[in-house]
Amino acid sequence: MNALLVSPIILPLITAAITLGFRNYPARSNLISLLGSLLQLLACAMLFIQVIEKGIQVVQVGNWPAPFGITLAADHLSAILLLVTAILGFAVTLYSRAEIDTELLRSGYHPLLNILLAGVCGAFLTGDLFNLYVWFEVMLMASFGLLVLPQEKKQFDGGVKYVMINLFSTLLFITGIGLLYGSTGTLNLADLHLAIQEMNSPGLLAAIAAIFLTAFGIKAGMFPLFFWLPVSYPTPPVAISAILAGLLTKVGVYALIRLFTLVFIFNLSYTHGLLLVGAVATMISGVLGAAAYEEFRRILSFHIISQVGYMILGLALFTPLALAGAVFYLLHHMIVKANLFLISGIAARISGSFELKELGGLYKSHYFLALLFFIPAFSLAGFPPFSGFWAKLILVRAGLEVQAYGAATAAVIVGLLTTYSMTKIWKEAFWKPSPREKDEREKGRAVEAPNIWMLLPVSLLAGLTLLIGLVPSPFLAVAEKAAHELTHPEIYVNAVLGAK
Amino acid sequence: METVLAFLCGIIAAASIYLMLSGNLIRFIFGLVLATNAVNLLIFVSGRLFPTRPPLIAEGAKVATKPLANALPQALILTAIVIGFALLSFVFILFYRTYQCLQTVDTESMRVAEPPEEEENTAKDPGSTSSAQEEAK
Repeated sequence: MNALLVSPIILPLITAAITLGFRNYPARSNLISLLGSLLQLLACAMLFIQVIEKGIQVVQVGNWPAPFGITLAADHLSAILLLVTAILGFAVTLYSRAEIDTELLRSGYHPLLNILLAGVCGAFLTGDLFNLYVWFEVMLMASFGLLVLPQEKKQFDGGVKYVMINLFSTLLFITGIGLLYGSTGTLNLADLHLAIQEMNSPGLLAAIAAIFLTAFGIKAGMFPLFFWLPVSYPTPPVAISAILAGLLTKVGVYALIRLFTLVFIFNLSYTHGLLLVGAVATMISGVLGAAAYEEFRRILSFHIISQVGYMILGLALFTPLALAGAVFYLLHHMIVKANLFLISGIAARISGSFELKELGGLYKSHYFLALLFFIPAFSLAGFPPFSGFWAKLILVRAGLEVQAYGAATAAVIVGLLTTYSMTKIWKEAFWKPSPREKDEREKGRAVEAPNIWMLLPVSLLAGLTLLIGLVPSPFLAVAEKAAHELTHPEIYVNAVLGAK
Repeated sequence: METVLAFLCGIIAAASIYLMLSGNLIRFIFGLVLATNAVNLLIFVSGRLFPTRPPLIAEGAKVATKPLANALPQALILTAIVIGFALLSFVFILFYRTYQCLQTVDTESMRVAEPPEEEENTAKDPGSTSSAQEEAK
């Protein structure tokens, strides 16, 4: 049994258990959580290298042969996402040292964070549809807990809306599982790929595909199912917002990519046509929403939506190049988005607010922070030489190759509009003179300096963004390999079920 | 039998969606309970219903000779029930705390986390939006 494949799930669970015991000792639980996330990073990096060297890694849990037991499988896509998840987990754990106070640590911040990571990793690894549901639940429960942890008014409001819609999507998900099991008799993803080809009722299958699309669309924040996202993400402490923003919607995107490249590929013009319309609408509505608001984290939340649109666009075009673009986009976006949320936290720490009106003068007072914001913000907008440029370039090119001119145009225009809201934040928070200078009373107040534990993870993530932007070819090569596996499902099927 | 159960699922699901959409936290919980049951029933039916025997193989035999009931959907439902129960208890606590904190169960009047609406909101309840901004600090 390949222990490496199980460790991304087991390690955070162990960390969660230990930190639960030490929750009344802030220093120790911080240290243990940091150690745990480092180990997790190491394990995911080793798994990544193993997948690059030897191809898809498979473990049959409990040694039950494939379609009967639960399979864990890591292909290139899973390996990339696991690595990025571990990096984000590490960065956010570092950041938590500066932001999460003793009160939150006592209420179980670290255990919840680690259970969330375990759930996300489990969802990326599993090769069984029902098991995917279970990991989704693990992840959701932890995120529910994290979202309302500080127990303030607005967190309850945001949390209630988040919980309601996510419970509904979960119910849809399991309805889909029930129907799919009823019509194929299997829940193993690789086995489903084979079983679905022998099914002879396209109408029922299309309905099941639509149910899954809705369920994962809610989780991913796809148009028109995204309204919960900008309400709930800006409410909790920044470290929590960052990990939710970096990971949760992306698990929805991952599930969409997995199911709509492996299982629901019988009627491409229907399913992927629907995805294409959804993707373009998601991109446009997200970016327009961002343009309308003046709150740092709300703008970023709307940008999650528009960026999810890009990833789904890659899936909808369904060519190897487009899928490589989607994978590259996931990789770039998770890092950049979590980083932007963390930076918004530093800006708020300095100025005491997330409202752009009340921010200002950061360029003058904190050059380094301005530089750190500049990298992910303009990477998000797609400026060369940052990582977002390559991601958008590939997707636009893939769109042009299959003559989806409308989608390609939308991608370019949405990129431009993203620049608009990023320059809005830049102008308001960094260039504008601080509103405080006008206020005589506030003038003498000492500005709270950003903590080293805040700057360290942000610099780390910004460095990674820069690295991906300047040396894109190795990352692109991995994304292309992932796309090759996604467009040739028989590779995955053979790895899981054994070559026949 | 399957047709009857299918219609039953549909009726329960319709009732649950009605309850969930009525904009009241208490009704949402009842809707959630109903919806969970509708889905569990659906999985149960998806395993097919025959007048068969429990999935036990006779002593000494290696394979079953007579048709057996499908045990997998029941395992799935069991998992779903356990998870659903955990979620339900969490939702109870969350909604109760929300009620304590916001003094309402009406989802329409929960606007603390929403962006402030210019005229409407300031005219109606200036207190809640300004308190939201204060908390944001």
